[in-house]
Amino acid sequence: MVAEYDRHTHWVTDFPAVEMTGVVKRFGETLALDGVDLSVPRGAVYGLLGPNGAGKTTSVRVLTTLIRPDSGTAKIDGIDVVADPDAVRRRIGLTGQYAAVDERLTARENLIYVGRLFHLGGAESKRRAGELLDRFDLADAADRVVKGFSGGMRRRLDIAMSLIANPSVLFLDEPTTGLDPRSRLQMWDVISDLAADGTTVLLTTQYLEEADRLAERIVVIDHGHVIAEGTPDELKSRTGGALLSVSIARAENRERAVSVLTPLCTGRVEHGDDDRSLVAPIVAGDRVVPGVIRALDAQGIDVLDVAVRRPSLDDVFLALTGHIATEEEAV
Amino acid sequence: MERLRWTLHDSWVEAERHLRVIPRNIELLIFATIQPIMFLALFAYVFGGSISIPGFADYDQFLMPGIFSQSLVFGSAFTSIGLAEDLSKGLVDRLRSLPMSRSAVIIGRTVSDLVRNLFTFVVMLVVAFVLGFRFRGSLLDAATATALLVLFSYALSWVQAVIGLAVSSVEAANSAGFIWMFPLTFVSSAFVDPSTMPGALEAVADANPFTVVTNAARALYNGLPVGNDAWWSLVWSVGLIAVFSTLATRRFSNSTSA
Ligand SMILES: Nc1ncnc2c1ncn2[C@@H]1O[C@H](COP(=O)(O)OP(=O)(O)OP(=O)(O)O)[C@@H](O)[C@H]1O
Ligand SMILES: [Mg+2]
Repeated sequence: MVAEYDRHTHWVTDFPAVEMTGVVKRFGETLALDGVDLSVPRGAVYGLLGPNGAGKTTSVRVLTTLIRPDSGTAKIDGIDVVADPDAVRRRIGLTGQYAAVDERLTARENLIYVGRLFHLGGAESKRRAGELLDRFDLADAADRVVKGFSGGMRRRLDIAMSLIANPSVLFLDEPTTGLDPRSRLQMWDVISDLAADGTTVLLTTQYLEEADRLAERIVVIDHGHVIAEGTPDELKSRTGGALLSVSIARAENRERAVSVLTPLCTGRVEHGDDDRSLVAPIVAGDRVVPGVIRALDAQGIDVLDVAVRRPSLDDVFLALTGHIATEEEAV
Repeated sequence: MERLRWTLHDSWVEAERHLRVIPRNIELLIFATIQPIMFLALFAYVFGGSISIPGFADYDQFLMPGIFSQSLVFGSAFTSIGLAEDLSKGLVDRLRSLPMSRSAVIIGRTVSDLVRNLFTFVVMLVVAFVLGFRFRGSLLDAATATALLVLFSYALSWVQAVIGLAVSSVEAANSAGFIWMFPLTFVSSAFVDPSTMPGALEAVADANPFTVVTNAARALYNGLPVGNDAWWSLVWSVGLIAVFSTLATRRFSNSTSA
């Protein structure tokens, strides 16, 4: 029943690496998880995408044995998190939403410390620590106390600590929230490398761009519900096509432009960011741009710019939930 | 057996984490040590002349064991602050996701605080000697007295662990860990004879476990008959550890970082 694992080769099992079935978790009045289903195959990188309070951290906490679900089951490599939490803990790495490093220790000491708690032994912990410090570009700072580290360095150390025992599944809860743009790009490289090495990763994020960039499949969660799942491309096509945006030369022509464009588009023509721009859904792939220019030109409306873009995940989120995914910083 | 071995191993790894950083934060240690020394000197010089205790020719011999035990008890507050800190930093989530013993985190914390308190105690003892304090009983009596005080302090560390895990911030732990120690140590026999207190207060002071422990240590340091106080203080300490270690471990298993 229990999957065989050889640290140096691969898992030999048919179980999904991560599986949640009908998981419900309530905190008093709040229904944090309302029947979440999720399955991540081995070696895949999945993104759990949702706004503040969607239930991302709660899902991760259930999967990493930190809280018990009220009902439903959660399994790692086929092992139930409630029935055998210790076996699950030996297989997972967790980088939580809040940096879990001891600031008083050096980077190396932090790594060795966690290695020993994984019962790797002193010598092996030391060896792994050295390896990970190199790999995460922390070798120069290895023997400095973490208190003086930048946010990006802490996050890298945090992830390195989760990898010390070669986990089968790595959980990353909002790995780039609060990082500056440069550190975020660096973190993306780190995560892409992990994926290339075949580590199964479940990462949560509020950043649509991040899920698009890192995850091969995205699970969209809102109010404790999975509301959509698919590849980034599949999700994008859910909005039914592309988005046309037009800028005209003179604002007073806008209402006329709306009537000209309406028959060409698949939905309502909306006002754009300023009083000279318009946006509207169209069928993707149509040779719509020349038609738009011709129609407007025929009415004597001067066109500054016409663009067709594939919808961003923001648009997808809007289409799925009817509200915009908030991107405020988690506190 | 295997389980016990790993619990000890994990506890030691945790204790080492805290012990390792003591020299890095030497200020903390210095101030933690200065405070009891200050108490020792202040009480001895300010009250020394005005208070006389029946049965003690010399107030210092009465007072100093009281200050020893008060300082050790105050030292236990490190435990609540330290645990609240780990909790506020997200470290507890990591630790709870590791295949390690549940109780090791708290055992490691209390043991490292014990080592720190022992250090403070030794410094305080040396200062007390300089100020004129002497063991009037045998060395074994003095060692027994010290052991009873240290054990009681360790037991209170477990009480502090429950507090540290129950409150939601380091600041709250700082207040919640300290506030009850004032009535605990002042409504007791540490500084004055409880029979001089108003009736209700005297009853409280007499029932206070801190009085029992202080009386036992004081009698042993002074070579006086200790009666059942030594046994009762042992019972109190072991009882507190039994109850509060269960509570703290349960609390830890259910807590998540803020
Ligand atoms: N320990 C708790 N006690 C009470 N309510 C909680 C607790 N943890 C989470 N919640 C609530 O459950 C819901 C889901 O929270 P969760 O932390 O899983 O969201 P999230 O998707 O991780 O959000 P964020 O992006 O802000 O981190 C929220 O409404 C939150 O307030
Ligand atoms: Mg969260």
